[in-house]
Amino acid sequence: MTDASELSRTLAKANLADASEGMSYLETLPQRVVTTWIPLTLILIVLLFPFYWMVLTAIKPDEQLIDMNTYNPFWVVSPTLKHINKLLFETRYPLWLWNTMYVSVLATFVSLIASVMAAYAIVRLRFRGAQLTGGLIFLAYLVPPSILFIPLATIVQAYGLFDSPMALVLVYPTILIPFSTWLLMGYFKTIPYELEECALIDGATRLQILTRIILPLAVPGLISAGIFSLTLCWNEFIYALTFITSVQNKTVPVAIVNEFVDGDIYRWGSLMAGALVGSLPLVILYSFFVEYYVSAMTGAVKE
Amino acid sequence: MTDAALATTPSTRSTWERLRSNRDWLGFWFMTPAAGILLLFLAYPLGLGVWLSFTDAKIGRSGSFIGIENYDWLSDDKIFWGAVAFTIGYTVFASIVKFALGLYLALLLNKNLPFKALLRSIVLIPYIVPTVLSAIAFWWIYDSQFSIISWALIKLGLIDRNINFLGDPWNARWCLIVANIWRGVPFVAITLLAGLQTVSPSLYEAATIDGASRWQNFRFVTYPLLTPIIAVVMTFSVLFTFTDFQLIWAMTRGGPVNATHLMATLSYQRAILGGNLGEGAAIATAMIPFLLAAIMFSWFGLQKRKWQQGGDND
Repeated sequence: MTDASELSRTLAKANLADASEGMSYLETLPQRVVTTWIPLTLILIVLLFPFYWMVLTAIKPDEQLIDMNTYNPFWVVSPTLKHINKLLFETRYPLWLWNTMYVSVLATFVSLIASVMAAYAIVRLRFRGAQLTGGLIFLAYLVPPSILFIPLATIVQAYGLFDSPMALVLVYPTILIPFSTWLLMGYFKTIPYELEECALIDGATRLQILTRIILPLAVPGLISAGIFSLTLCWNEFIYALTFITSVQNKTVPVAIVNEFVDGDIYRWGSLMAGALVGSLPLVILYSFFVEYYVSAMTGAVKE
Repeated sequence: MTDAALATTPSTRSTWERLRSNRDWLGFWFMTPAAGILLLFLAYPLGLGVWLSFTDAKIGRSGSFIGIENYDWLSDDKIFWGAVAFTIGYTVFASIVKFALGLYLALLLNKNLPFKALLRSIVLIPYIVPTVLSAIAFWWIYDSQFSIISWALIKLGLIDRNINFLGDPWNARWCLIVANIWRGVPFVAITLLAGLQTVSPSLYEAATIDGASRWQNFRFVTYPLLTPIIAVVMTFSVLFTFTDFQLIWAMTRGGPVNATHLMATLSYQRAILGGNLGEGAAIATAMIPFLLAAIMFSWFGLQKRKWQQGGDND
């Protein structure tokens, strides 16, 4: 029963498809190499090359970066940690990383609470207009930040939140709530009514039902929504660029674009180190929770 | 019904009791946090943005109503029309290629492969890494002096001097489109793959026994079953490509000579850097009709799902 979730359903189906060989036995080995492995390898190389290049540049000594004739640019001899060192100890990078992290965590936390309550109300309380509310939240998902940042800048200014990370904590949930609510609605729908009815008869309030029965059963959904929200916050650019002006309050993406770009010919090393260090936390998180990411991505599209 | 429930009949309930247990009121309380945030920071700014586009607001000064003057002014603005044209071209071209490559990659990954899960997670990495950070990597790859692409092509003897990737208007446009495709393909591929995995292999077996070729298998089994999900995925893809900002801002900031402005970057430049909030808001508002078209498309895509996938998938 704990597994009665969209995720496990999708996974079960996927495993089913994986387990059966299908009609692949009709293909001979050379055919498979030409129609599957060669194109797949090419696509993977193209998809991964920018990261290889990022890592390589981040650990290359400066003279190898600009002298492409003596050294093969696709490799590095005597790699150095100079750029990463410079990044961590000579710039405010740790501070920017910290800003990004705490804005992301707070915004994710706020939107998870709001989404859990909203999704539960829409799916289970079925108040008058619940259907309509669900539809409106889906529409909110489709409103892009690019058309909101100008009026939001005036609103943030009016509330005295300009140049404050709190502005981002309040604004990011507008991106996260529609998505998480939609995802959680799918999870809540799979939890049987009978459990709630039992609890109601035993005298539990709705809030108790939500925290004691529904949430423990929807943990995979919460993880999916949570880590995907973190990624979205980390990735957010236009709001952070517009609302934050002082150097010490910036987030990593904005700081990299604005603070590292000087005319220095040797800037590439530290720039790539910055991009690498800024991406690593997400990639590590991702590697632990791949299935949850996939279910978050596909779940929001499928519902 | 238990005795306890009978004891509290509606007439004896206090107002407080009703506010706590009535379905509609409970729904209202539960919706409050989400609705509050969305109304205050999404619905209100959306309306305010449209209003600002009819005013001459500047940064630090609330403007007064000036009718359609902003739009009138924009209609004679070559840079604005350039941005509209590039936005449409960027969206159409990138979306078509993302769809084609994404579908192809999804079909490849749906085959019976070893390390399938690992391959799938690797494919998704470009989507996980923050766009700005990978855009910076592309910026370095497209560098005018030290581009690895120029270097490789020179070594192969295909060109004899460095390509000016981001300095020439048309080169810059294509470079941005390529970077956008690179970033968008994983999303399309993985969501379509999730759709493909729900198609039962026995359908292909049945079709093959009936003599269907590989292409017919795709055209008459895979494609019809996948249309609803394609509609939704492509709506999202079109929407996010059309309103893209990060990639352009990190790599060219709309240059050279405004050749690569999307509507979003142009509105940022006019409103925040130039201080003309009204004019920037007018550019942003001009994106809304396109977004509405995309949303309508998504709506009809969703409508199709029920009869195509049966009752199983709600």
